[in-house]
Amino acid sequence: MPSRLTLMAGGAAAFVALLTLGTLAAVIARAGGAGWPGVADWAALRFTVLQAALSAFLSVACAIPVARALARRRFPGRGIFITLLGAPFILPVIVAVMGLLAIFGRSGALNGILGAFGVEPLSVYGLKGVVLAHVFINLPLAVRLILQGWLAIPAERFRLAAALGFGPRDIARHLERPMLREVVPGIAVTIFLICLTSFAVALTLGGGPKATTIELAIFQAFRFDFDLGRAAMLAAMQLVICAATAALAARLSLPPAFGAGLDLAAQHWDAASPLSRLADAAAIGLAALLLLAPLAAVIAAGLPGVFRLPLAVWQSALWSVAVSLAATALALLLALPIALGRGRVLEITGMLPLATSALVVGTGLFLILRPVASPASLAMPVTALVNAVMALPFCLRALIPAARQVEADYARLADSLGLTGLARLRYLTLPRLRRPLGFAAGLTAAMSMGDLGVVALFADPDRATLPLQLYRLMSAYRMEDAAAAAVLLMALSFALFWLFDRGGRTDAAA
Amino acid sequence: MLQLENVTVTQDDFRLAADLTIREGARVAVIGPSGAGKSTLLSVIAGFYPPASGRVLWQDRDLTDLPPGDRPLSILFQDQNLFPHLTVAENVGLGIRSDLRLSPEDRGRVAEALERVGLSGMGDRRPGTLSGGQQSRVALARVLLRARPLMLLDEPFDALGPALRAEMLDLVAEIAGAMGATVLMVSHNPADALRIAPETILLADGRAHPPRGTAELLENPPPALAAYLGK
Repeated sequence: MPSRLTLMAGGAAAFVALLTLGTLAAVIARAGGAGWPGVADWAALRFTVLQAALSAFLSVACAIPVARALARRRFPGRGIFITLLGAPFILPVIVAVMGLLAIFGRSGALNGILGAFGVEPLSVYGLKGVVLAHVFINLPLAVRLILQGWLAIPAERFRLAAALGFGPRDIARHLERPMLREVVPGIAVTIFLICLTSFAVALTLGGGPKATTIELAIFQAFRFDFDLGRAAMLAAMQLVICAATAALAARLSLPPAFGAGLDLAAQHWDAASPLSRLADAAAIGLAALLLLAPLAAVIAAGLPGVFRLPLAVWQSALWSVAVSLAATALALLLALPIALGRGRVLEITGMLPLATSALVVGTGLFLILRPVASPASLAMPVTALVNAVMALPFCLRALIPAARQVEADYARLADSLGLTGLARLRYLTLPRLRRPLGFAAGLTAAMSMGDLGVVALFADPDRATLPLQLYRLMSAYRMEDAAAAAVLLMALSFALFWLFDRGGRTDAAA
Repeated sequence: MLQLENVTVTQDDFRLAADLTIREGARVAVIGPSGAGKSTLLSVIAGFYPPASGRVLWQDRDLTDLPPGDRPLSILFQDQNLFPHLTVAENVGLGIRSDLRLSPEDRGRVAEALERVGLSGMGDRRPGTLSGGQQSRVALARVLLRARPLMLLDEPFDALGPALRAEMLDLVAEIAGAMGATVLMVSHNPADALRIAPETILLADGRAHPPRGTAELLENPPPALAAYLGK
């Protein structure tokens, strides 16, 4: 097995390197050089870092009280609420934006209330809007990860603290702050990294010289100026800051991936005062409001119209499902050998997409493939390919720890029985990796389903994915259809995630 | 005949030297204070840990460079001897073919082996639904079907109670007798050693001493063993 596996892992890694670095090289080669950043490019860099830093800071700062409240309170619906916290991460960004517009937009619910008191309407575009959307998407992720840190403090410590008569202040000092110092930096840097390459949020809520992210600037360079040199230069810039951030993130610890066992609530003796009850109720209530109000608004606006949607929308839904399934299959084919092959170089290559511009990968692929196929026929396959590669780091994050565990637990037994090659894959590796594989597949399918990226550059008018169709409806101010399409998109994303994730859990008796 | 020829094992600042021979068909206990390297010695023989120098030979054939699965031996570890996601019959079937392509005849042999260890009709269960003693029996049924001439036991029955452990040791003796297998068994319980192992290898002072009569060794323990036994 080792030699064949090493070969496959090396092949997968080489393919990923070709798709990330090779496509960038193709764009640079085509442009005949990358040029030097101009004033607008430095502005894009500044805005990108600023919005990512603000988003990360606010997400984590708001998540801490919510996580603490969830760690020390038990109430009906707590389990469902924690499950729902996983939703925004797989919610299509464009749907999240629609939901936020329904609440915080010019004619949204909040401005309606403020207007009744004679307050000037708030604008949700620019830096404010971009950060708001990023907090909406990442706050729940931060809550889940920090909650995991809280639950990792052994219950016995809290018992000991109660026995010693610790007040809330002592508990914070001796138990909670050391834990937070341990987990918060890693979580903040992870969110910062996710926000650095943000495209769909910036496309819909940002824009203009003051609110353009690097990825959006790359889009504009391709779309409006077809300035490949500038796009390549921006992509290189993005690669450098993302790689530096990723290197930093790798040094910081994260709680073990995507939380099992969050249903537990350790008994706490420190939180009985009415004031702390009130604070916890407020934290959970506000988080629930921020999370649920936009989703509820989209559903309320869109649900009645779903079955009146034009045929073109249903067609694009079919395209999206096909693209999503292809991307999922491909992502797993790449992720599995890399996760099993292990080794630093493989893992770093697998994480490369985190630092890469999806738009540059797509454009590079078009440049490479253009001699053999027409752009219109390439739009969907290239989108699937790009989505697969962009999802790879998330798949690896789920698979690598599980693969290590299988090795630690069963490698000796399998070796002693001479269980090798395909038989080892079939009877040991795949059965033991079912759950993380199902989760990774679900994540990839949902992310690909909701992705609005490369396809915005290349799709022709009569073939579009559902998120692109939704964006077109929004741009054309057909808000009723847009809301209905958003409901359809959200339902399909969640359904795909649920099906795959569920598939990984069945028959998991052992 | 199993030979450890000038074998030395090093692990950080741990060192163990072994130069000894075990006859074919012998049943030998490996005794020594914790940290003396009992499990390490078995790992070297089984091929999980390479010796720093020296050779491991079975019937004059050099095993030192063979991967674990190709060595003429079966090993039972302290835990994780069964795959929890496979059925009992599949776990046992791995002893016949590791790709589990079993003919009807092979399936018959699996059923027979299960019957032999007292688990007939349990083939479709998962290991998690069995008791600790039953799980040990499944592993022994697999050893039976692998039919390798050397059996290494790294305290696999340690988690069982005294009565059940004695029962398992008797089953090991029975199976080894039927197969004509040579048994090497790590133990920290002198009673276990006396029960099935006429000979014992003592690990002390960085050395694996050649096998001696178990009863005699326990009656006249050298200082290191006496200290370990608390005599």
